[in-house]
Amino acid sequence: MEYTEKVMDHFMNPRNVGKIENADAVAEVGNPSCGDVIKMYLKISNDIIEDIKFQTFGCGAAIAVSSKTTEMVKGKTITEALELTRDQVANELGGLPAIKMHCSNLAADALHQAIKTYLKEHGRS
Amino acid sequence: MPRIYLDYNATTPIRPEVRDAIVPFLNELFGNPSSRHLEGRHVKTKMEAARAQVAAAIGTDPERIVFNAGATEGNVTVLRGYHINYKEKKARNHLIVSTVEHPCIYETAKKMANEGYEVTFLPVNSEGNLDLDTLSAAIKENTGLISVMTVNNETGVIYPVKEIAKIAHDRGILFHTDAAQAAGKIPFDVKEIEPDFVTMSGHKIYAPKGIGALYIKKGRRLEPLLTGGHQENNRRAGTENIIGIIAMGKALELAVQEMANDRERIGALRDEFEQRVLTEIPHTKRNGGAANRIYTTSNISFRFVEGEAVQLKLDYHGIAVSTGSACSSGTLDPSHVIMALCNGDEEEAHSSIRFSFGKYSRKEEVPVVVSRLAEIIAQLRGFSPLYDKFLQQQKG
Repeated sequence: MEYTEKVMDHFMNPRNVGKIENADAVAEVGNPSCGDVIKMYLKISNDIIEDIKFQTFGCGAAIAVSSKTTEMVKGKTITEALELTRDQVANELGGLPAIKMHCSNLAADALHQAIKTYLKEHGRS
Repeated sequence: MPRIYLDYNATTPIRPEVRDAIVPFLNELFGNPSSRHLEGRHVKTKMEAARAQVAAAIGTDPERIVFNAGATEGNVTVLRGYHINYKEKKARNHLIVSTVEHPCIYETAKKMANEGYEVTFLPVNSEGNLDLDTLSAAIKENTGLISVMTVNNETGVIYPVKEIAKIAHDRGILFHTDAAQAAGKIPFDVKEIEPDFVTMSGHKIYAPKGIGALYIKKGRRLEPLLTGGHQENNRRAGTENIIGIIAMGKALELAVQEMANDRERIGALRDEFEQRVLTEIPHTKRNGGAANRIYTTSNISFRFVEGEAVQLKLDYHGIAVSTGSACSSGTLDPSHVIMALCNGDEEEAHSSIRFSFGKYSRKEEVPVVVSRLAEIIAQLRGFSPLYDKFLQQQKG
C-alpha cells in the first residue's frame, strides 16, 4: 500500500483546514468506529462556494481526500460541486490504494450532504 | 539526522556477530547437510551445533528442535498437525486459542472452524489479561489443543503459560505456545513451563527473516506440513536453510547471554518514554498497561487522532513505528488485539500506536520521539472533528 506524492503532499500540508463560524452549510459523515469522520463547512453566496473548510479524523488518505476536495470546489458553483464525484477526487490525487477507495474517500459525500441540506433549508430541493 | 527505529517487534536488523557467523556459509561452506561427502558432513556438523544452541536457550535437548521457515510455519504446523497424537482423531477436534493470537494462528483457527473443527476463541479483559477460570470453563470433552502466545506482539502482555500448560495437561490436552516475541527476550525454559510445542522465530532476535524453530516435546508428534524428504528427522521435509539455521543458533545464544542487561537497559528506555508520553501529551492511554508486560513494548492510544496518520507523519520525520489501526494493515477492521483491550471502543483502537524498543535503541532517541509525537498529535487534533466536539462538550 503506497500513497502517491500528491496524496502525501495534501496529507502533510492539508489545505483549508479548520472551521467556518457562521457557515451557510455544514455536514459530517463517517463515524469513529470506521476510523474516519469528515466534517465540511461551506460559505455560500449567490450559489458560489466562497469559502470551504474541513475537519477530519482519519488516515492519511482521508485527510488528503478532504483537502483535495475543498481545493477542487472552492470558487465553484454549488451545481458544479454536486457533480464532483469521489472518483474524480481520487484521480486528481493520482489514485488511492484500493482498500482506501471505499473507507477513506468520504469527503465528496460530506460536501454533497452539506449542499443538499443547504438547498433544503432554502426551500429549493 | 539518522532514522529512529522503534519497530523491533515487527523485525530486527541482523546483528554483526550473526552476520559474521554466516559469511562462511555464503562462501566455502555450501554443502548439503544430507550429503555423505565431506562438504555435506562439514555443514551437517555446524547445523547440529546451531541446533544445540537453540535447544540450550530454552533448556532442552537438540533432538527436540525442528528448524523451519519461521513462526508462521511453526504455528500452522502445530494447529494443523497436533491430532496425530490422539488415536481417536475425530474425537479431539476442538481447539482453544486466545483472541489476541497473531494472525497466523487466529486466521488459521478461523479457517479450521470453517472446515469443521470446533474452535473457541478465548477473550482477554480490558487489561489484556486472560482469565484462567474462563479457560478452564472452555474446555470440552473433545478439546485437543490449547494455544496461547507467551508474549503478545502488539501490547507486550505476558501470558501465564506455565499455569495454562498445567490446566491443559490436567485434562489430557496438548498445549502450544507461540513464543516468537518471547524466546531470547525473557527467560523461557521448557522444563519449567512444560509446553508440548513452542514456536520460535529468528528475525525477531537479530537473525535473518525466513528461519524459525519448533520445539516438540519428547513423545509428541506433529503431522508435517511439508512431506517428502527425511530432513529434520522426518519432521520437516526440504533442504535445510543452513544460513538461517547458523544465524538463529548464534542469535539465540547471544540473546540469552545478554538478556539480563537488555532487560534493564531497554526496559529503562521504554519506561522513560512511556512516562513522558503519558504525562506530556494529554488524552493518551497505555494499552495493556496494568498487565505483566515485556520490557520492549509500549502500546499507546492517542485519542481523537487516527493511528495511520500519526504513523505516516512520524515516518516522514524519520521515526518508524507501527499501528494496529485498520488503515495500515490492508483490512478495514482495527486490530482485534487492541479492540479486545479497548473494551470494544473502536475509536480508541483506531488511535493506537505500537512503539517497540530493541538492542540499538538509544537514550537520546527518547526526547526526540516524544517531542515529535507531541507536535504531530497537536497538529492532527487541530483539525480533528472529534477533538473539536470534545472541547465543545468541555465548555458546555
